[in-house]
Amino acid sequence: MTLCMPAPDAAVIARRAAIAQVLRGLVPPANVITHEDALKAYDSDGLTAYRQPPMIVVLPETTAQVSAVLAYCTREGIKVVPRGAGTGLSGGALPLADGITLGLGKFNRILEIDFPNRCIRTQPGVTNLALTQGVAHAGFYYAPDPSSQIACTIGGNVAENSGGVHCLKYGVTSNNILGLEAVMIDGTVIRIGGKHVDAGGYDLLGIMTGSEGLLAVITEVTVRILPKPTTAKALLLGFPSNETAGACVSAVIAGGIIPAGMEMMDRPAIHAVENFVHAGYPLDVEAILIVELDGPASEVEELIARVEAIARTAGACYCRVSTTEAERLAFWSGRKNAFPAAGRISPDYYCMDGTIPRGALSKVLARMREMETRFGLAVANVFHAGDGNLHPLILYDANKPGELDRAEAFGAEILKLCVEVGGVLTGEHGVGVEKRDLMPVMFNDVDLAQQQHVKCAFDPQGLLNPGKVFPTLHRCAELGRMHVHGGKTAFADLPRF
Amino acid sequence: MTNINIISEAQLAEVVASATQPLNIEGRGTKRGFGRPSLPLPTVSLAALSGVTAYEPAELVLDAKPGTTVADIARLLAAQNQELAFEPPDLGPLLGAAPDAGSIGGAIACNLAGPRRLKAGGARDHLLGFSAVSGRGEIFKAGGRVVKNVTGYDLCKLMAGSFGTLAIMTALSLKVLPAPEKTRTLLLLGLDHAAAWEAMTKALSSGHEVSAAAYVPAGLAAALQEERLGDGLTVTALRLEGTALSVADRMAALRALLGGRTEELHTANSRAFWRRIGDVAPFVGDARAVWRISAPPSGGVTLAQAVESIPGAEIYFDWGGGLAWAAVPDTGDAAAAVIRAAVAAAGGGHATLVRATDATRAAVPPFQPAPPPLAALEARIKNVFDPRGLFNPGRMWA
Ligand SMILES: Cc1cc2nc3c(=O)[nH]c(=O)nc-3n(C[C@H](O)[C@H](O)[C@H](O)COP(=O)(O)OP(=O)(O)OC[C@H]3O[C@@H](n4cnc5c(N)ncnc54)[C@H](O)[C@@H]3O)c2cc1C
Repeated sequence: MTLCMPAPDAAVIARRAAIAQVLRGLVPPANVITHEDALKAYDSDGLTAYRQPPMIVVLPETTAQVSAVLAYCTREGIKVVPRGAGTGLSGGALPLADGITLGLGKFNRILEIDFPNRCIRTQPGVTNLALTQGVAHAGFYYAPDPSSQIACTIGGNVAENSGGVHCLKYGVTSNNILGLEAVMIDGTVIRIGGKHVDAGGYDLLGIMTGSEGLLAVITEVTVRILPKPTTAKALLLGFPSNETAGACVSAVIAGGIIPAGMEMMDRPAIHAVENFVHAGYPLDVEAILIVELDGPASEVEELIARVEAIARTAGACYCRVSTTEAERLAFWSGRKNAFPAAGRISPDYYCMDGTIPRGALSKVLARMREMETRFGLAVANVFHAGDGNLHPLILYDANKPGELDRAEAFGAEILKLCVEVGGVLTGEHGVGVEKRDLMPVMFNDVDLAQQQHVKCAFDPQGLLNPGKVFPTLHRCAELGRMHVHGGKTAFADLPRF
Repeated sequence: MTNINIISEAQLAEVVASATQPLNIEGRGTKRGFGRPSLPLPTVSLAALSGVTAYEPAELVLDAKPGTTVADIARLLAAQNQELAFEPPDLGPLLGAAPDAGSIGGAIACNLAGPRRLKAGGARDHLLGFSAVSGRGEIFKAGGRVVKNVTGYDLCKLMAGSFGTLAIMTALSLKVLPAPEKTRTLLLLGLDHAAAWEAMTKALSSGHEVSAAAYVPAGLAAALQEERLGDGLTVTALRLEGTALSVADRMAALRALLGGRTEELHTANSRAFWRRIGDVAPFVGDARAVWRISAPPSGGVTLAQAVESIPGAEIYFDWGGGLAWAAVPDTGDAAAAVIRAAVAAAGGGHATLVRATDATRAAVPPFQPAPPPLAALEARIKNVFDPRGLFNPGRMWA
């Protein structure tokens, strides 16, 4: 499907060579990439349906270099797209034909590990997993654990406010960071928070988290670390229907238990995964739940027993409790390999990311089954069931004409359904370009204008990652004059760029 | 000055859109004394815009209008064995107001959190979504009613801690959680500053899931009204919560880990103890100025020494040493210079003057002044929410 992006500025593109020359004076010359073949490596992020080589890639090594590059871009009116590892699934790091992609890959050092204050100060290009590995010897870890944790960067995690299977109990990125250093588009360096709790003043730490590279470039992050739980055990539960599995999820929460993780897979996902990694999942069930309890040993034992009882009452027809660490990890290996497993049963798959109230789980699954027939495409479902975050994987074949378009239309319909039942468009993957045009399903013009006003407070020229998140671009001055009546702006029919 | 009682969102939008002069914004007015003294302006009161509009225990979400009292919400939740996990403190008595009178809108707008902050997060982490009226007189919403949500900027975070200066919230969706089944507190008696810090750090670095950690010097321990503290010793308190069996086991493990002279507080006694810590009970009813200081936990000893060198000053710590409450004589700058220098020496953070006479709060910036680039950014943010400067002028900054 063709994606509408802001019209490239031909005048900027014409000056490409001269711009690269200037940039080579601002960062080590080898860190400015202009060769066509080399640029190809940056032409998409994890949302590979959309590709666009950047005009130039710049890889600064210090905050001062980031500042110099951004100040230059502001003076010259050049657009900038920040990029971490490029694992994002919503096209947030999709390059612009007339823009510089600013890669943070060289910011790959942990700067300080501070055990007394239980935090790590790190550069943004360090991977999520490396943070945990850096403190594991002392019995600590960094809690948010996206499935992409071996590759994705902490800078990207902050930009997307990423979650993971354990965020049900331990929170997402925004609940686990203490401080940031960031560079504004005009080159100004700001430091927010530090090793203390609550940054003070307006919560800039909070607004930066999840801002998808639209507000400032993150050059340093201070994260909280936690002592590793002494015990972790998981239950593998099988159910005769999605309804009974969904009811079990609600019953566990209603029973006052917040597990470390509570994940669900439906029949197609179970079969895809079992054929791929042989995790030992039951194949004669309609849905499975993996429920993990962690913490002090006696509490884990007690809660495992309670969850088991709740599951039986809810109608579970299969129940296994991990007896060894290897078994627990085997339970998870299936879940963690769900995406590649989908890749093995279908040439392509499209991963969605809506959130719904837990209670709507079985209703939403039933509606999705209807849609499968209507769109002629199958879906395998994996979810962070504990917090209602769905990841339907729509299976399609990009080589068959029209299938990608159908997959996208199907995906949009699923997300609209999420909003309809009281949920939201995206739980952890971000809006990016992918859900940009769906934003009006959840927000009216005034809501969106207020968010764009915030963008203007950071980036009045709209140079940082334009074309993402918001379905229409407004100049900041025009936004200030906008008149709104009953939730509709005077520009309701403004063309989507 | 006139009081404008708000009973509907539409009325509020009208009031703001047609305002010809700035307005003071208040919930139930229990924190009137917090921040810079308010100017003689008409006051918009949200007290009558109140009530819980939805509560779904199995979804862990509660919707309320801003004027609902925190106490009413807590009662409703308790009936389902749930609670606001950030333990919103009741600063009413500290600020000379009645207890249990504060509104949920005010609690969120001031971003206050109690002892469980170090484990469960702050007010900022529990606001899932809201509707509000901006300074343009426009009604807008942000966030949602589910925990996992990254759809658009997280404006909830900006609302928490904005002290009514950005937009006026008209409806809030809050994350609620199951209340712990059991609570017990281990008291270590007679530790000096250094030993107390060592104990808190050890406990919080252990796998025993300590959900609160406080240090109260000998002089203040009596104010906690707990007979087991008695004989003029310092108190280092560590809280354990969870199932009965788990709490008992971890208590044994924690005692073995830390040793020394100990006491235990169970259930109601434990709850009362932490309420007094969170509500700043040691400084209720005296005439001193009160500071709230957030700094890296390891800087606490430095901070304690600096404050204790001020004649007539006292300090105690919550959040494992990361939060300090200090009372100082309300004279001159109320020790602002000494305290803010000590915060810098402790590794950075912020000191907020929570209680003082109007004169002091007008003379000393109650909120930690931000470095120029941040201050400029904050001013721009204020301007994009409230371009006419209508809301709470002078409340946060002159
Ligand atoms: C197989 C797979 C599994 C995944 N599982 C999960 C999961 O479980 N949970 C989850 O939340 N996500 C998951 N993701 C999505 C993705 O990994 C996360 O969004 C991740 O945080 C992106 O990090 P990144 O370094 O790759 O960022 P990128 O993709 O490079 O960038 C993402 C966005 O952040 C911006 N950005 C990056 N770095 C900076 C910076 N330093 N300053 C400012 N802006 C910046 C970019 O402009 C872009 O908008 C998964 C992805 C894949 C491919």
